[in-house]
Amino acid sequence: MPGTRLLDPPLLIDNVRLLDPATGLDRPGRLLVARGMIEDLDLPSDAAPPEGAETFDGGGAVLCPGLVDMRASVGEPGHEYRETIASAAEAASFGGITTLAVLPNTTPAIDDPALVRLLRARGEETGRVTILPYGAITKGCRGEELAELGLLREAGAAAFTDGTRAVADTRLMRLALSYARGFGATVIQHPEDPSLARGGSATEGELATRLGLPGIPAAAEPILVARDLMLAKLTGGTLHLGHVSTAAALELIRRAKADGLSVTCDTAPPYFDLNETAIGDFRTFSKLSPPLRPEADRLAVCAALADGTIDAIGSDHMPRDADDKRLPFAQAAAGGVGLTTLLGVTMARVHDGTLTLLAAIDLLTTRPARILGLQAGRLARGLAADLCLFDPERSWRVQSGAMPGRAQNSPFDGRALDGRVLATWKAGRRVFG
Amino acid sequence: MAEGGRFFAGQEGSASQRHLLGLQGMHPTRIEPFLDLAESYVLLNRSRKTQRDLLRGRTLINLFFEDSTRTRTSFEIAGKRLGADVINMSVSTSSVNKGETLLDTASTLNAMRTDLLVVRHAQSGAPALLARKVDASVINAGDGTHEHPTQALLDALTIRRHYGRLQGLTVAICGDVAHSRVARSNIHLLTAMGSRVRVIGPPTLIPSEVEALGVEVFHDMETGLRDVDAVMMLRLQRERMSGGLVPSEREYFRFFGLDSARLALARPGALVMHPGPMNRGVEIDSAVADHATQSVIQEQVEMGVAVRMAVLDRLSRRANS
Repeated sequence: MPGTRLLDPPLLIDNVRLLDPATGLDRPGRLLVARGMIEDLDLPSDAAPPEGAETFDGGGAVLCPGLVDMRASVGEPGHEYRETIASAAEAASFGGITTLAVLPNTTPAIDDPALVRLLRARGEETGRVTILPYGAITKGCRGEELAELGLLREAGAAAFTDGTRAVADTRLMRLALSYARGFGATVIQHPEDPSLARGGSATEGELATRLGLPGIPAAAEPILVARDLMLAKLTGGTLHLGHVSTAAALELIRRAKADGLSVTCDTAPPYFDLNETAIGDFRTFSKLSPPLRPEADRLAVCAALADGTIDAIGSDHMPRDADDKRLPFAQAAAGGVGLTTLLGVTMARVHDGTLTLLAAIDLLTTRPARILGLQAGRLARGLAADLCLFDPERSWRVQSGAMPGRAQNSPFDGRALDGRVLATWKAGRRVFG
Repeated sequence: MAEGGRFFAGQEGSASQRHLLGLQGMHPTRIEPFLDLAESYVLLNRSRKTQRDLLRGRTLINLFFEDSTRTRTSFEIAGKRLGADVINMSVSTSSVNKGETLLDTASTLNAMRTDLLVVRHAQSGAPALLARKVDASVINAGDGTHEHPTQALLDALTIRRHYGRLQGLTVAICGDVAHSRVARSNIHLLTAMGSRVRVIGPPTLIPSEVEALGVEVFHDMETGLRDVDAVMMLRLQRERMSGGLVPSEREYFRFFGLDSARLALARPGALVMHPGPMNRGVEIDSAVADHATQSVIQEQVEMGVAVRMAVLDRLSRRANS
């Protein structure tokens, strides 16, 4: 892609606070972009910009690597009425996201190398975001037999997962971890015991009892996490646990990491910013999978973000249209959009002292990029100029119906956020702001 | 999350002015007027007089997405005794997209200028969803495993007429509490009115953290029934057996069925109640169900009409003003 940027004039993004979690860089400065790549981070403030360069005044805002969102769903292929790659890319640019890893349980599932190539190309067409498709672990994400992991990997699958479905069969999960290891690929699990979760729509407990909603015991998460950690140890495979939301699962992961196991995990903003009371009065926009948890779990997620147990924050973007949500709670589809609010909600944990600014950006850029083995999520000379300029203090209000992107089902509807993206660059081109 | 209930404080607040969606969080000063008014309707019904003009010209629609002969009939009689035009609509639950049907039906009924909408639905929260979309007063006639407020009101009226009070009484609710909207509404109402509530059943049929609703939990009838003033039996749905929550009917009756010997553990003269329809020999023995002095199961049915008249009366007054 940089080839198409050879004729772009150089760009000097001036008067910014440069922030790069990979090196701990945090200082006022300017950044020079040439041919779509980062050219210079150390240009003296009195040095004249190169001839013909455009200058962008950052106004003192933070310039960091473009966000790497390692967990999102788009409706394409199969559910374009919910979201297309183009509409998701627009929302991503608004949110400062320049790399988007997408789940494979689409229709059809991403279990064929051609589909991986198609999705990557669709991302490139937008010019806004790199779409990194995950390959299916099992054919059709049906949990029955392994997909062609080698061919999928060769086609560019970022890692393997059955998306929103857990691999239930223990032997199959063992095979997946074992076989993927041969290709140096990570296996990502949706950690929820499917038989305990079946039919449930809220975390089991007082609230679900009061609302008369079928519950899922919170233990459904650590039960599967414990199994998969054992399998990771058995196989030597690399395991990543997606959108972890319970104290018990995080404690298991914390111990496994201390034991030197090759395991990482992410969480999503709803799990450190909302608790189960958000579903009160049957609010279907707050119906998520896994379901929102009691406050004690939310606090445990915050603690695990702070102590490094959690490696990344993904948006867990799950587009739904009005008809998916305007239903009685148990029948409504689970999931919330999250691309536009990923940074803003994460900043809430900076403002309340849970995370430093550098640590927060690390969770959104460098660390997820490292898990996926990407040349992204850092500010380094020669890397694509994927950049995010944001004001950590700028206030705005989430308003469903008025945000970019086709789907508007935000669990944060109405929430005031401090921290707003001002501009986003993809390979040196401004795609937002 | 000790304050788990706080989210609902006032949930009934403004909505309750127009709708009756549930009893959770309802204050005794709002419950009592329903019971007092229902009491007067009991007398009126027994005198065989009717009050045909109170709801004249009003349209009441019984919108039942789930079969229920007794509740629907009870609302129908209540509406007719007050002079309303009553229409029964049974909506097939097998239609392809239930949810779409629900909201489509809501807008259709709204266009017909319905005054009172009585809703029964298999999904918790469905009447609340409807209430947001229609101008009519919505009365929850049972939603999923959430609430069944008129059942709890009629149960309370039945108990109050026998003891003259609810305060200080001990009531046992027995059986499949987990899947019972009747149990939940009764728990909310009785605890609000100062009764002590016990729930008795196998752990697989007791909902998680139900103690937080202010009840005591027992897993054996012998301890749980001791000295109670009223015993409410719940219907055991056959599908609980297939779901593996209870191994068999005979085992269930052996440990959780109400027979004369178990009833004898309760306070002498304790009331035997059942929301119906009963599974004789599964949760209740016929000798107990038909007990001449202690069984008030038929009386519950009578109270049902009076309570529903009171509810229709009060809600339509609100709508008037």
